[in-house]
Amino acid sequence: MDRIVVNDISKTFQLKPGQFVTVDGEASDRVTVLDGVDLAIRKGEFITLVGPSGSGKSVLLDIIGGLTQATGGEVQLDGMRTTKPDPKTGYVFQQYALFPWRTALANIEYALEVRGVAKAERTATARHLLSLFGLAGFEDRFPNQLSGGMQQRVAIARALASNPEVLLMDEPFAALDQQTRELLQGELLRIWGKIKTTVIFVTHSIDEAIFLADRVVVMTARPGAVKEIIDIDLPRPRDGDIRASTEFNLYRARVWDVLRDEVNKAQKDWTLSPAFSH
Amino acid sequence: MAYLTEKLGPAIGFRSAAGEAAVSTNVPAIKTRGVAAGAKVRGKGAHAGTFLYGLPLLGLFFLAWEIAPRLGWLNRIFFPPLSEVLIAWWALLASGVLVEHIGISLQRAAIGFALGVVVAIPLGLLMGRYALFEKVSDLLVQTLRNTSQFALLPVFILLLGIGEESKVAITFYSSVFFLLVNTISGVKSVDPLLIKAARSMGTSDFDLFRKVILPASIPSIVAGARLAVKSSLFAVIGAEMLAAKSGLGFLIQNSQLMMETADMYAGILTLTVIGLTVNYLLVWFERWATAWKGQSESSLI
Repeated sequence: MDRIVVNDISKTFQLKPGQFVTVDGEASDRVTVLDGVDLAIRKGEFITLVGPSGSGKSVLLDIIGGLTQATGGEVQLDGMRTTKPDPKTGYVFQQYALFPWRTALANIEYALEVRGVAKAERTATARHLLSLFGLAGFEDRFPNQLSGGMQQRVAIARALASNPEVLLMDEPFAALDQQTRELLQGELLRIWGKIKTTVIFVTHSIDEAIFLADRVVVMTARPGAVKEIIDIDLPRPRDGDIRASTEFNLYRARVWDVLRDEVNKAQKDWTLSPAFSH
Repeated sequence: MAYLTEKLGPAIGFRSAAGEAAVSTNVPAIKTRGVAAGAKVRGKGAHAGTFLYGLPLLGLFFLAWEIAPRLGWLNRIFFPPLSEVLIAWWALLASGVLVEHIGISLQRAAIGFALGVVVAIPLGLLMGRYALFEKVSDLLVQTLRNTSQFALLPVFILLLGIGEESKVAITFYSSVFFLLVNTISGVKSVDPLLIKAARSMGTSDFDLFRKVILPASIPSIVAGARLAVKSSLFAVIGAEMLAAKSGLGFLIQNSQLMMETADMYAGILTLTVIGLTVNYLLVWFERWATAWKGQSESSLI
């Protein structure tokens, strides 16, 4: 059964008064970033979303998460139309977005606190999650006492605290160094293997997209739409060595092949990028 | 937004003046201690360090105060030697008069400040969060903020009488705008990503204020509170000099009228000591309340 259905989603941003962009040679104060996105995601599936800068990947994630309203079309979560953040959805951001005045433990507890979970239960859950991510002993650290990789582990743990059925991840590992990044990819797969939640993962890295995904969704340049969906038929559980395999290289070539034209188009569109980057 | 920078300008400028002691104390300690174990240890070392450095010059100042009147460089009647001032101070303390005056002044300042907190923080949270609310109220706030509290003392006396109410009113007026302006700027500088993250977890509007915006604004609010406390202390002394029959301001003013200059200086010195103590208490409070900010030295990797 399809857990998430994205149906003909479009999104147009109105620029601030006085701001203009050039679209197809004409000045305009509106930017269309998504235009007719259709996507059906199955329960427990791991989807990665790749596309050139400005193809609206993050905006699409925000719309699925109920954080931004679409201009047209609709998103359904288990058959229900999404208009605001759904308790069944967890969100992980590139910049961690941990509350700096809360300790690691209290950050994870927050997700349960706002859902009205009793103190004893949320502490127990948070401790369990920290140990699941190998962070036992770091309960009382504030975010700025943790490395980037540790902070992102806490952020993922926080998103998982409410036991979400859908996990939305917006370039979560982009700010990390390569080693930490690969380490966390492995950890994410290990934990996902246990809880089998549905994941939508936005990334710029083709390797990351292939390594993690059941299916890689390639977006077009702005205005974004689904260009192609590539099934990744690699055995699970996967470990890092798989990156060197022939199959992996074939997928790499395939994804890049689909993506190349769009990246070229996006490059020509560079005048636009500062206007709606956020 | 021009109106924001205009408001922040004076508040921040003022802050650095008031916070000088706090800022400068950190520097030598960090250097001497190198990789200290924790923020608290560093703080203590810093105090002792600057205190010792500053002591000789302060001692020289007191020495001059003692000698100059005795040598006839200053008129002893207007400027008694320090030792005479300290004797007068001891007499005032022993008789219980001083404690009474201190108590009444602090009480007035505290009530005014507390009212300021109760009014300014909720108002500031709303003004910082809702643009329309701020646009509507900003001009009135600016107008009131730039009216001297001392100019308003006659108004307070007319409206509230010569008693406690008018003193509390002036201390309230002196503190509320520092708190308000800093709360607004604190709210405005909350990282939008934190608000997005909170919303993604289904945080209600009320919880968003309580659990995200308020704690994120605490450093700014506490900085405003430091200014507000000082300002309400100064205001109460001024008000007591102009219209009161008790309090430290009254003691100083009355001693001058009676030509009891030793008592007058004793009152002034008492004020200085209170000011210094309150400042250090607030610096300590600020560090405690924002402990989560400055511990990155001990971060891992």
